[in-house]
This record gives sequence, structure tokens and C-alpha cells, in this order.
Amino acid sequence: MPSNTRPDQQHFVAPLEETPLVAIDKVKAEGKPTNLWTDAWADVRGRPMFWISSALIVLVVIVALFPGLFTQVPPNNDCQLSNSNGGPADGHPLGFTKQGCDIYSRIIHGTSTSLSVGIIVTVLVAVLGITFGAFAGFYGGWIDSVLSRLGDIFFSIPYILAAVVIMSVFSKYANVWVISLAIGIFAWPATARVLRAEILRVKNADYVMAATALGVSRFRILLRHVLPNSIAPVIVITTISLASAIVAEATLSFLGVGLPSSTMSWGNDISAAQLDLRTAPQVLILPSIALSITVLSFIMLGEVVRDALDPKARARR
Amino acid sequence: MTDTTKATESAVRRDGSERPILEIKNLEVGFNTQNGLVKAVDGVNITLYRGQSLAIVGESGSGKSTTAHAIINLLPGTGQVTGGQILLDGQDLTKASKKEMEVVRGRKIGFVPQDPMSNLNPVWSIGFQVEEAIKANGIATGRKEIKKRAIEVLKQAGLQDADRRLKQFPHQFSGGMRQRVLIGMGLAADPQLLIADEPTSALDVTVQRVILDHLESLTRELGTTLLFITHDLGLAAERAEQLVVMYKGRVVESGPSVEILQNPQHPYTQRLVAAAPSLASRRIQATGSIAAAEAAMQSDAETAAGDEIDLLATAEARAELLAAAESAPPAITVEHLTKVYKIRGAGDFTAVDDVSFQIPKGTTMALVGESGSGKSTVAKMLLKLEDATSGKIVVGGQDLASVTGKQLFDLRSRMQPVFQDPYGSLNPLRNIGNTISEPLSTHGVGDRASRRERVFELLDQVSLPRTLVGRYPNELSGGQRQRIAIARALALKPEIVVLDEAVSALDVLVQAQILRLLADLQGELGLTYLFITHDLAVVRVIADHVSVMQRGRIVEAATTDEVFENPRQQYTQDLLAAIPGANIELGA
Amino acid sequence: MAGYIARRLLQAIPVLLGTTFLIYFMVFAMPGDPIVALFGDKTPPPQVLEQLRERYNLDQPFIVQYFIFLGNIFRGDLGTSFSGQPVSEILAETFPVTLRLALMAVIIEMVFGIAVGLISGLRKGGIFDASALVVSLILISLPVFVVAFVAQFIFGIQLGWFRTTVGPGAPTQDLILPAIVLATISFAQITRLTRASVIETDGQDFVRTAASKGLSRSRIVPVHILRNSLIPVVTYLAVDFGVLMVGATVTEGIFNVPGVGRTLYQAIIRGEGPTVVSFVTVMVLIYLVVNLLVDLLYAVLDPRIRYAK
Repeated sequence: MPSNTRPDQQHFVAPLEETPLVAIDKVKAEGKPTNLWTDAWADVRGRPMFWISSALIVLVVIVALFPGLFTQVPPNNDCQLSNSNGGPADGHPLGFTKQGCDIYSRIIHGTSTSLSVGIIVTVLVAVLGITFGAFAGFYGGWIDSVLSRLGDIFFSIPYILAAVVIMSVFSKYANVWVISLAIGIFAWPATARVLRAEILRVKNADYVMAATALGVSRFRILLRHVLPNSIAPVIVITTISLASAIVAEATLSFLGVGLPSSTMSWGNDISAAQLDLRTAPQVLILPSIALSITVLSFIMLGEVVRDALDPKARARR
Repeated sequence: MTDTTKATESAVRRDGSERPILEIKNLEVGFNTQNGLVKAVDGVNITLYRGQSLAIVGESGSGKSTTAHAIINLLPGTGQVTGGQILLDGQDLTKASKKEMEVVRGRKIGFVPQDPMSNLNPVWSIGFQVEEAIKANGIATGRKEIKKRAIEVLKQAGLQDADRRLKQFPHQFSGGMRQRVLIGMGLAADPQLLIADEPTSALDVTVQRVILDHLESLTRELGTTLLFITHDLGLAAERAEQLVVMYKGRVVESGPSVEILQNPQHPYTQRLVAAAPSLASRRIQATGSIAAAEAAMQSDAETAAGDEIDLLATAEARAELLAAAESAPPAITVEHLTKVYKIRGAGDFTAVDDVSFQIPKGTTMALVGESGSGKSTVAKMLLKLEDATSGKIVVGGQDLASVTGKQLFDLRSRMQPVFQDPYGSLNPLRNIGNTISEPLSTHGVGDRASRRERVFELLDQVSLPRTLVGRYPNELSGGQRQRIAIARALALKPEIVVLDEAVSALDVLVQAQILRLLADLQGELGLTYLFITHDLAVVRVIADHVSVMQRGRIVEAATTDEVFENPRQQYTQDLLAAIPGANIELGA
Repeated sequence: MAGYIARRLLQAIPVLLGTTFLIYFMVFAMPGDPIVALFGDKTPPPQVLEQLRERYNLDQPFIVQYFIFLGNIFRGDLGTSFSGQPVSEILAETFPVTLRLALMAVIIEMVFGIAVGLISGLRKGGIFDASALVVSLILISLPVFVVAFVAQFIFGIQLGWFRTTVGPGAPTQDLILPAIVLATISFAQITRLTRASVIETDGQDFVRTAASKGLSRSRIVPVHILRNSLIPVVTYLAVDFGVLMVGATVTEGIFNVPGVGRTLYQAIIRGEGPTVVSFVTVMVLIYLVVNLLVDLLYAVLDPRIRYAK
């Protein structure tokens, strides 16, 4: 074999100065400690989309909590039919609805409805989804079979259709809580599925096995090791479900099985304005814009959070 | 230029001297990152002549794969060649257009990738993927001809029933078979140069050997020049006449393999030679027994000089220990252990079949076997992470089957595991301090302050700085994570540590370091190890007794020296022969 | 493959029983008179109430009622609407229109969604990608009725390109605008999904290996990248169908398309609870069947499932 070696292939040794040896496996930990959450925060902090969506969300929350800060005009009881579908006037910057009510005031006062439904549904979906998903994924066996089939059943009915049926039956009792329940009770399986899949992945990790070998109890392992490491995708889906819930409420109100017309709601207003689309499109468009911007801010936040928490999504940027 | 066959006049330079088929001059490759351009390859020179075989050796991150990918211009992500030349038969590939590169790939340079599991498209049949390569390179035309060539290529690669399996999909093939398909694809267009990037690292050793033998004879037969990339120095030296050792993006040493192995000059190469388990076990073999290892070390003083990680030293230190431990009572007794899994629709699967062994206190027993041999299942049953179907495990006088509740909880503190995957062994959301002290808090040992003290002590024991307590696993390397895992395992001062492929995923130097650490800890703390591994070479360095497992059964059990010097079973002999570098004359 | 189909069919049975039971339970297991509750604040004529009580066998134990209800469905007896026409007859009339509309929407959203997603994914980080992101985020945020009204106003009323409401017999050219509106709901999702999938596939080892064989990019993109990326997009079709059903209800209502959706829409608006229940039940059954078909399609696309035991 050595005879095969050509003259320019003789034994070459690089000068040591060129490639000084570094200690094997040297510890390089500088600066602040980092983990998934600190990394995610550092990532999110640098993105304009995060700040835009957060600012919008903060604004929406303030409007919902303190509508009085933004308008002194009462949304309902100051309506005059003489103003029907009227354009902007002094003190009424966006004009009037068909009933002659102040559009701006109605938009401001409708905010809390949308936001409340969004939040209640999201909490409900998160609680149900996390409980079902965590138990099904972590304990497996018959618990998984029962819970997963149950999820399949709820998942097989599109949640807006289910809410239509529920609200048809409970139309007499329609309020923010009932409509939230009607939406949330069928919306949780998606969250449960995502968490279950994530838990199935995490629970086979060696650190879970190591904890078991230590004698840490099953439930404590779930809470300490498994859940914290599988919750990230749930946070993403939860942010987006808040947006979906707001849309769902508006859709139900639009279909006439949502909140009673006495409740201030963007969906109700859009629904009421549809007959005059030809003559007074602004009456329909303005609350639609409010609705869409609110939804958009949560969708954008969800997108940013996904990019920060999902390593795959980060690679996609 | 389009139709160059192998022995053409272009192999000669204008001045009459022989022209290398591949000449890499001062190659620089950089990756664009947030912190600017990071150089992964920095001034690499490689010269390769027709019919030769050359291996690039290095650890992960040394730039060896990047160099290979640069040659065929398929650098991942933001990678780009930032300087130098890659001359293939005189044509500078760094300046080649997209179209020109397409001609080069497949037809002039074949490529065999690393992981057989991910390199075949799961949705297309094997035949489709081979035929596509043949068609793209214009090797054959017409449906029938192409199919004929595909069968020929696959048969050549060692797939005897190729005509029958053409319609099958990748997931219906075993890892070894897929690797044969990939080799077949790489050679489909009869290229002049074949680049093989760690072609067998993902396979079991015995399969690895068969595939490498086949690749070697095939390239020799076809007259293909071979460039292959590996992390295993023993393997490189055994399979290639020329060696290029890379470190941190640079070539530190190159030349004829045997010469480099026998007389490594650069300190880094010396480190590698000293740390390679395959070579260490070979050297122990060459000198007769472990007891003679010290002598070998001294005669080999140049190699070992200033080197804290020589595996021979590790083996030697352990040899002394063994003499003292020989008469100790067993720490673990396993009798007729069996585990049967019920598989839906497929009947029973016996993962562990009537396994019996004893491990004397303070010694190491290695359980060796290939994937699917049942060795990890034994570990899980021992740790009571799974229940045995039948048989008995006695630990410290207690029958595992009968312990429950509080007794089991106490028993767990005496027996701790370290697992394989350094990236999965630590909870990424808990800091190092909390990870190491979890055993203490779980078992209610001491108060907050004393636990903190113990964490520091453990960090010292595994030679990591105390400042790591507030850090998270993602900031540590694989080797450092395994140290943390060891520290966690030692926190409760156990008597037994179960090491399930604990060093298998690590680079050789780091692996050698951890092996040394394990040996030292055993001496210091009187630990009993059950060392589970697929790598027989490592066993030589660390274990006192070896049990070889095959398909759930122990086929051979003896002291390490006996197994290495006088293997009784064919299977053990095959495993030994498959240790890369087993055929190298080290000249010691 | 046969085993896979059999397993899927078996799994569908408990879900089928569960969903129908759930719907029935929601409506008829409530305290008070469920028939009266179904009409909300409206008071139906007494003979209608009587007829419904008889039909739903409210004097029987609940579980018996459910099985009679289930039996009726499988016999194709879905009750009658308030106008006296059998629901099954209405379905037979309206279903073809909705099917046409839905097919148009699916084709539009798939063609454009996949095309935009593919280009975005292949040119990740470029201007096209960034614009596609902005457009899809906005589209995701717009509720379908808002899109429908805006489209109706701009293209129907202002520009006059399309009729604002669909004419009798639902001619295809009249369905274009509603179909586009319906397609916008999922277009953005499909774009995002395709993009993510394309980027992931493009980074796979087998794509590099394909290139190393000497294949040109113009072959690798369709054969190795797009083909593999379509698998998750196809599974989205199942979810999409649920979205389409709700979307069709709103869109058909707004554009007055004489389909299943409008019928449901009008039943909801008029508070015809029993008709709503019948329609929703049928839709859920169709949804289950579509899910089953998508699962099978998935197996066709992915040999790993096709050949699994």
C-alpha cells in the first residue's frame, strides 16, 4: 500500500501554533443563564410584530375595562332615529347606526363583550384541554383510550355548529357566560390532542426515566418534568384560540343565536347593519374593523410566540 | 469534458506529471450566523490520486463533513465556500455553474450519506429512487434498460433479491439494506470518485463490517477512488491508505495511514490515538493482557506523554482494582430473568430470555449486544422501571419482585442509572443545581444548606466548576451533560450504577475522559457498575466481566481477558472481528 | 391497506354513536320541555308542537328516544321542516349546489394556497414570503361574514363584476364570488401549512441525497419536496371540511345561494330549532365520512401507513 503514496502525499504535520489544542470539553458558560423561556423572551423582544401586537392587546384590554375613558356618549339610550345611518357629526366621530346610535360609542362598549368571551373560552379550553391531554398522554392505557375517544367525539362536531345547537336550545338564557360555555365545551379537543402528542414525546425522555428510578411519584413527575416541557405548543394554540373564540362569538351573534340584541356586541351590530350594506356600508364596516384588528393582534402574538417557542418554527424563519 | 472515462489522457498534467483526481487547495467554508461569518473549514489541503482511498478523520465540529459537502457543493443552510479551490480533474468546482455541478454530481462524484434512515425519500419506492439517478445521469435510456441497470446496481451493492424488492418502500428495508441501496445509488452512474460520509456509523458493528468490506471490494473492482469521512480513527486507518486528521476546521496531520497511526506527530493526533477505544483494546491485545498494559504504556511513552486521557492508563488503573474485588460477595444476582412483550396481532416477543448473571461488589460487568439484543430491557428490569415476566433479581439481598412501597423507595436510592442520550438525560427547564439535588430532596436528605454543599461536592467529583449550579443544560456539551447525569446518579451515594450506553453518543476524546472519570469514581467510592454497550472496544477498557447478548439470550459470559483472548462463540468472534482497526499492525 | 381501512372503520363507529348521542343529549336531555325550548321566544302553533312531540317520542325513556332518533336517521327519515317539506327532500335539492360551491372553493384554496406556500417556502425570508405572511395573517383575522360583505360590497355593488345574490338554479358564474369568499377562510391556513412543510422537507437529508445523485432542482422540487409536503396539507382537508361547513352556512346565507348552508342559515335565523338539529346531525355525519376518506387518502399518499400491518 505505501507504494501507492505519491511524492506530494508524504506525512504532513501542521505547526502547533496554527491549531493550538484546547482543553477537551471545556465549560463555556458565560453571561446570564439561559433556558427555553429566557431564549424565547430574548427572541420575542427583538421582533416588532411582538410589540405591535402587545400594544394593540393592551389597548383592547384598557378599552374593555374602562370604556368611560374613551367615550362619554352612552351606546344605547341616546339614540335618535333622525340620525339613522348618519355620517360623522360633532361628538360622534364615526356617525350613527340605523337606530341612530353612536357607532364609536357602540364599538368602545362592545369591546368588553368580545374580550370576555375570548378569555372565558380560552380559560375553559385550556383547563379542559390540559387536563384531558395530560392524563391521556401521561397515563396511557385505558385512561388514554377513554379520554381520546371522548375527544374524538367532541372533535367530530365543528364547534360553531355545536354552539349553534346549544344556543338554539338555551336562547332564553343567552349571556356572555352561556355563549362562552357553548363555544368552549366543543373547542377543547384540539388543545388536548396537541398536549397529548407532546407529552407522549416528552415522557420517554431519559430525565423522566431517571426521575422514576429516583422514586419520584408519578404525579410529581407529571407536574415537575413532563408538563413544563410539553406546555409550549399549548401556549401557542391558546393564544390563537382566544382569537378564534372572539370570531365564534361574533359569528353566533351574526347568525342570531348569539347574545341578545340588548347586549353590546360587534357581531350583533354587524348583523344589524347587513340590510343597509348598499346604502350605508360604513355601519357594517366600522365594527368589522374593530373586530378584525382585535383578532389580528392575538393572531400576530400567537405567530410570534410560536416562532419563539417552537424550534422548528424558528428554523423556518 | 462531458464524457470522461476513468483512465483517460486527462489524468496527466501538461508537464507530464500525474494529475490528482481531486485536489483541494486552501479551502475555506463559512456559515453566516447572527454573529457574522463563522469559519467551519479553514485552509484545508487534500490531494487524492486515482484508485486511492483517503479518509478524513475528526470529531464532531471538526469540519470533516462540511469539507465533503463543499466538494459536491451541497452545503447546508447558509454555508458557502469563501476561499480556495476544489479541483476535480483540473476543473474548479468552486466556480462551476449550477448546470455544471449537476453534471458532476452522480456521474463524476458519487455520494453515500451517513444516516440510512433519513436519506431515502419515504414516499417513493426503492426502484423509483435508483432509476431516477440512472435516468438523470443518462446512464441508460428506455424504461426496460433503466430498470435493468437499477437491478444490476442494487445487486452489485449486495441486494441479491433486488428484482423482487424494486417496488418496495424504504421503511420495508432494514438499516443495513438501506445503506446498501444508498451505496448502489452512489455508484449508479459509475462515478470516478465516491464520497462516503460516515457510511456505517448508524449501523450495528457486524453489519458495519460487512458493508465496509463490500464497499471496499466494490470500489476496488470498479476502480473508483474513495474518499470517506469518519470519526473513528481505527476504522479510517483500516479502510484507507491515506489519512487526513482534521481539528477545528484545519488539517493537523495527513499522510499514509499506517505511518500516522504508528507515529502520530501532532499532539491532537496523539490524543486521538490514545483515546480511541478500538486502538486501545488492540494495544492491550497486542501486549497480551491488561496487567501488561502499563509496560506497553511506558514503551509507548511518546504517545502518552502529557496526555491525561490515555485509555491504557484507565484500563491499567482498573486492573489493580479488580484484583482486590475478585472475592467480594455479589451486589447483584440475576437468575433466569425473562421478559415477554405481548404485541397486538403478532403474538409474543421474548425480549429477554432466561438471563442469569452475578456482579461482585465493586466490579464492572459489561452487557454487550447489538440493537434489539435485549440488553437495555435487562437494565430497565434491574432498575424496576419494568417488571420481569419471570425470574429473579436480587439486589443487596432483597428480591426485587417482593419489594414495594417504602422498601422500593429506599432500594432506589442504592441503585441509580445513567442513560445514553446526553440531550435527553437532563430536564432542560431545571437548572443544574436543582437537577443534582432532586435525589436529595426526593429522599429528604439533609436541609437546604447541606444539600447545596453536597451539590458542590458532587460537581467537584465529576470535575465541573461549581458555578454551573445556576446554569441550564442547553449551555453544556454532551459530555458535560453526562457528567451532570453521573453527579445526579451519585447524589444518594448508591452502591450500584447502571450505565446504559452512557458514553456511546460522545466523541472519542470526551468518551475517554468520562471512562476515566467512571474508573476513578469506582475506585474512590467502591461502586458496582452494570455497563451496557454495543461497543466491545470500550468494554476492554472498563469492564471486569463481559456477558454477550444475542436475541435476548446471554451467549457468552467470562472475564474480559478471556472473552477477548479466547472467544468461544462464533457470534463473539464476529463482534471482536468487527472492532474497527482489529487488523492493523501497530508495530508496538 | 385493507387492515388499515378496517381499523379506521371500526374506530369510526363509537365516534359516530358518540356524536349523535351528544347532539341528541344536548337537545333533549335538558330539563323542561325541549320542544318548547327549541323555539326560543317564539310560540309555534300547537299542532306543530304535538307533531314534534310524537316524532321525538318524548313519552319514552331517554335512551329509547335516542335509538328511535338514530334509527330514523339511518332510514333517511330526518323529519319535516316547518313548511311541511321533508328535510331529506330539502337536502336532496340543496346538496348538489353546496357540493359545487364547496368543490370550487376547495380547488381555489388548494391551488392558490399550495402555490403561494411553495414559493414562500422555497424563497424563505424574501419579499414574496414576507408579503404572503402579512396577507395570510390579515385573512386569518377576518371573520368570514366580514369577508363576504366586503366582497359583496366591492365586487358586487361598487364594481358590479358579480351579482350580489345568486340567481335561480345557482349558475356557476354566480357561484364564483361566494366560492372565492369561502376559499379565503382556509387559503391562509393552507399557505402557512404548505410553507412550513416545504421548509421542513427541503432541509431533509433525502433532498440533499437526491441532489447528490445529479438531479436538477426542477426535478427535486416537485418530486421530492412538494410531493412529501402535501401529506400534512391533505390531512388538513379533514379539518378544512368542518371550516367549510360553517363557512358555507354564513356565505350561502349572505349570497343567497340555494344550498344546504342557506337552509340551515334560515332555519337558525327563524329559530326553527328542530330543523337546525336535523341539519347539524346530517352535517356531522358527512363530516365523519369525509374524515374517513381523508384518512384513506392519507394512506394513499404515505406508503408508511399503506403498508403498516
